[in-house]
Amino acid sequence: MNQLEIRDLWASIDGETILKGVNLVVPKGEVHALMGPNGAGKSTLGKILAGDPEYVVEKGDILLDGESILELSPDERARKGLFLAFQYPVEVPGVTIANFLRLALQAKLGREVGVAEFWAKVKKALEILDWDESYLSRYLNDGFSGGEKKRNEILQLLVLEPSYAVLDETDSGLDIDALKVVARGVNAMRGSGFGALVITHYQRILNYIQPDKVHVMMDGRIVTSGGPELALELEAKGYEWLRERVKEGA
Amino acid sequence: MSQVDLSAIGEEYKYHFVDEVKPVFVAERGLTRRVIEAISYHKGEPEWMLKFRLRALEIFQKKPMPTWGPDLSGLDLDNLVYYVKPAEVRDAKSWEEVPEEIRKTYERLGIPEAERKVLAGVGAQYDSEMVYHRVREELERQGVIFVAIEEGLKKYEDLFREYFAKVVPPEDNKFAALNSAAWSGGSFVYVPPGVKVELPLQAYFRVNTPEFGQFERTLIIVDEGAEVHYIEGCTAPMYSTESLHTGVIEIVVKRGARSRYTTIQNWSTNMYNLVTQRALVYGDAFHEWLDGNLGSKVTMKYPSSYLLEPGARTEILSIAFAKTGQHQDTGAKIILGAPHTSGTIVSKSISKGEGRASYRGLVKVLEGAKGAKANVECDALLIDPESRTDTYPYIEIEEDTAHVGHEATVSKINDEQIFYLQSRGLKEDEAAALIVRGFIEPIAKELPLEYAVELNRLIELEMEGSVG
Ligand SMILES: Nc1ncnc2c1ncn2[C@@H]1O[C@H](COP(=O)(O)OP(=O)(O)O)[C@@H](O)[C@H]1O
Ligand SMILES: [Mg+2]
Repeated sequence: MNQLEIRDLWASIDGETILKGVNLVVPKGEVHALMGPNGAGKSTLGKILAGDPEYVVEKGDILLDGESILELSPDERARKGLFLAFQYPVEVPGVTIANFLRLALQAKLGREVGVAEFWAKVKKALEILDWDESYLSRYLNDGFSGGEKKRNEILQLLVLEPSYAVLDETDSGLDIDALKVVARGVNAMRGSGFGALVITHYQRILNYIQPDKVHVMMDGRIVTSGGPELALELEAKGYEWLRERVKEGA
Repeated sequence: MSQVDLSAIGEEYKYHFVDEVKPVFVAERGLTRRVIEAISYHKGEPEWMLKFRLRALEIFQKKPMPTWGPDLSGLDLDNLVYYVKPAEVRDAKSWEEVPEEIRKTYERLGIPEAERKVLAGVGAQYDSEMVYHRVREELERQGVIFVAIEEGLKKYEDLFREYFAKVVPPEDNKFAALNSAAWSGGSFVYVPPGVKVELPLQAYFRVNTPEFGQFERTLIIVDEGAEVHYIEGCTAPMYSTESLHTGVIEIVVKRGARSRYTTIQNWSTNMYNLVTQRALVYGDAFHEWLDGNLGSKVTMKYPSSYLLEPGARTEILSIAFAKTGQHQDTGAKIILGAPHTSGTIVSKSISKGEGRASYRGLVKVLEGAKGAKANVECDALLIDPESRTDTYPYIEIEEDTAHVGHEATVSKINDEQIFYLQSRGLKEDEAAALIVRGFIEPIAKELPLEYAVELNRLIELEMEGSVG
């Protein structure tokens, strides 16, 4: 029961059906990769898990440790321990990272968090990410480079310590050093109390974050799943190969 | 980094209380010659001041109500009480001498604590008069005068008379005339040449009688090369009948001096808040207005700086928050009257529900003000579809070598920002409040910490349950 479970999930936006029966289970303690070509519906799945009100869930369910979260607001889901690292983190001018992080942590824990406790947590996270304290007084994603935005998502992950995280293309647009840093952040979270779904377009990041399982999404559904070797195979043969195989199988 | 106090969320608006101070003398309703004479008599004023008041009364009676701005038709000037004198003690030297009821009120407003922290001296205005006032020894040693305006008139009559009503004469506008006739309470500040006042001077006051018009008058003189920061914050208890606050703030910033006047006003929503604030800024001096307007039914307030000599500079920063039933008509005025003067206006407004926030500003460059520079930035944030904002930027340039820039933006709270913040555990209205706070941050960060915290709390309260 300690798992994030997606059951026959159908969802649409602006009348267009994007997810067409997604089934997926990420047990707590495991890290799974979700791969697939552009437009497959990976980000859509991530946003729906987080509760984006733009999307309409038509059918199916999402269960967090056995409990449906479909009716919960995004903040309720977050407080239950779900986290989404956005593919495109949003800029919030005038709100410092420090201020925001402390508010988010207090919301998550449902109690006041003293300055000392907060700083201890943040300092540790900054060390893992090899990031300077000065970032804390910068405004949330405001004017950040793509890489800084991604790193900031991982900073939030480390401070908020969710039970389940969905990382949406946190690797894309990063150079190899930044990629290693992000991987270090995710690996620091690994353990029996943490499950993650790492959405990626490329196999590259999986060299640094070893997945327990790899799922491939195409046209709104999971078409195949396997071990880490599936990612390598996709890297070598491309998605077209898989598309052909799926067609043949159908 | 400003600290945020989440515990304030959900608290009742803590300043909506009315306490039991009994006024000693309440004037009859309406403003008449007799009322003015009574005010002047009770204050024990010199003859010239009585004459000045009576002249101002005539000007007030002749001038029509302004019709170019917000709707003032709900304001019944004949039905207001024009003077209230609170119980006993005036200009108490120590906290203990202040009557207990009044002390309790201030304690609830958190003043004693604030004082312990940073206050250089407290001038607290209770109803019409200063009841508590203290100047720290350091200020006295430096020769700084920081007293109730009535005391300023009594003790420093020559200095007072030299500047009083010279910055804002009663002819300026109908409400300046009204204030000139009925003024009561406020501060008188003088900073001698070269003296730098390290800690801000603060005055707190409250209005506390139904239908009572408060006509606070403040005169600040910053002599050559001196520096001072004057802060005024006020909160008002809630009343069902209309109320009026008409202040006049006069500031003289002499050559090479620096001054800043900060005010956050959070009047109850039945208040007409019509204030004239003006500074005369001389050679190479710098004056800053920092103005926050959150409450009231109607606010008309346009802090202005007259840059009179070469090198004079000014900055006018303002925040307005308009809710349903409120019209914040605020802005700024800069007159660039000498070469190489420069000014900046940054105005941020938030409209919520059916609230309306207007920016009304004037930048005027006089002929001969060579190389004068001014820049205006006004940003409006709309919370709801029915919220409203307007911009009335007047720019008059008589000098070819001057440069004036103007930029205006209107934005809405963005759903993606809300979702992003919510996905980190913040409730929808908390997310909206945080976005609003971010919007005003460029101005809020200029405030002293306690004020910034207070402002943030007020915004959280205002935004509570506002979305979703
Ligand atoms: N507002 C929208 N209206 C209609 N279709 C949309 C909208 N937003 C996204 N889509 C479509 O949904 C599909 C899935 O997008 P997305 O989840 O971002 O894919 P991925 O992350 O796998 O690249 C795409 O075909 C995209 O064009
Ligand atoms: Mg995507």
